[in-house]
Amino acid sequence: MNAWRALFALIVFPGLLYALPMGWFMLGAGRKLVARFQGRIGPPISQPFYDVVKLLAKQPVARVAAENRLLTSLPLLAVGALLGALALLPVFSGETGFVGDLVLLVGLLELPPLCMILAGYASRSIYGEVGATREATLSIASNIPFLAALVAMASAAGSLHLSQIVAATPWLVRIPALLTILLCLPVKLRTNPFSLSNAEQEILSGPLTEFDGRQLALWELVHGLEWVALTGFVATLAVPVRSAHSFLDFLGFVLISLALVLLLNLLAAATARLKLRQATRLLWRWASLLAAVALATALYLRHGGY
Amino acid sequence: MSVPGKGILFSLVERARRRSAWLFHFNAGACNGCDIELITCLTPRYDVEQLGIKLEGSPRQADVLCVSGPVTRATREALETIYGQIPFPKVVVAIGSCPATCNVFAGSPMIEGPLDRIIPVDVYVPGCPPRPHQIIEGVAEAIERLAAYRATPAGGER
Repeated sequence: MNAWRALFALIVFPGLLYALPMGWFMLGAGRKLVARFQGRIGPPISQPFYDVVKLLAKQPVARVAAENRLLTSLPLLAVGALLGALALLPVFSGETGFVGDLVLLVGLLELPPLCMILAGYASRSIYGEVGATREATLSIASNIPFLAALVAMASAAGSLHLSQIVAATPWLVRIPALLTILLCLPVKLRTNPFSLSNAEQEILSGPLTEFDGRQLALWELVHGLEWVALTGFVATLAVPVRSAHSFLDFLGFVLISLALVLLLNLLAAATARLKLRQATRLLWRWASLLAAVALATALYLRHGGY
Repeated sequence: MSVPGKGILFSLVERARRRSAWLFHFNAGACNGCDIELITCLTPRYDVEQLGIKLEGSPRQADVLCVSGPVTRATREALETIYGQIPFPKVVVAIGSCPATCNVFAGSPMIEGPLDRIIPVDVYVPGCPPRPHQIIEGVAEAIERLAAYRATPAGGER
């Protein structure tokens, strides 16, 4: 991967210039879809954009007992990590990425939840602490099957290189692995059956209770980028072939991402929030089972199979 | 933001404030009648989310403070704290007759209201309880005041 190509991926596509408007669109479309599913008209699609502009124009209020620089740098770190993760996605054909980029990508995708947990504790609010505790518990419960599914794909493909994993994983492993990752997506995006950590109204706003104005605008940005990065990750993993025309690759990537947004919001509108115990039990039981199936199939194909 | 101009950035901010008002609801000893009517505004029948309005859990993230109730002795301090936690620009809507006049509780030694003795009020929505239409109208009027907010060079209010 040469430097120009990496810079293009970071700044233009699928990085900043694509992900920023797309993140706003996904959040806006999500609110609109949930409203339509509930029989409401709902806010315009441009709503998240106006929310961010409004938040940027708010005047900060002085806080007692909280380190302001830390609270600003946490969402900034999360934005940086997500842009890096986006840049690593193998959307196009050809020799993209490098050996081991899967490890880096997973690390970068895990940083935003970690930042949010730290932000919850650092804000010195009891609601923030409760939200951060829930986020931490859920992220352990969802990450073990998530990582196991990725390990299964990598070992079936015999590589830690993302573009090779995408191309070489057999469908017998890819399908249970993708199902596991799909089950973990609403947990990572904190949407409805798993919206425990930001539990609107129940624990105020969870880890972000003490954030106002510009810092909250940064967190809104993080949410948007998380949607783009995680749906994009699944979109790249789901399609093994890359065409010769990069436009077709681009179109497939965007369409699968948007289909996932529709699916996740349908799930969010159809379900109520689970309790922490129910959510963790569901993940440990079913997501882990799926991940175990993927791992077992991968090991069988590698050692005992064809 | 310190200069009240007519630049494109300023009109964008004004537009954003008009289209994205987040509410914080504070019950200052209300009988729950006004609270039920306020929640009704969020249901599919009235659906204030069309206007970009949503009920926010944390005062730090709110723009509009909706207060119901005559402000009892027990809630006064919390009300002042929460008003202080809302960042500028902010507006206050008094929902129902209680925050406006103390209603039937006027004269009680447990009451510290009406609301405008404690924090500045922008819009009064009278009624016991007011209908959801009236609440939406009151909040819409408050949003106009929110959009027209200008920070003075000294950093003070309006």
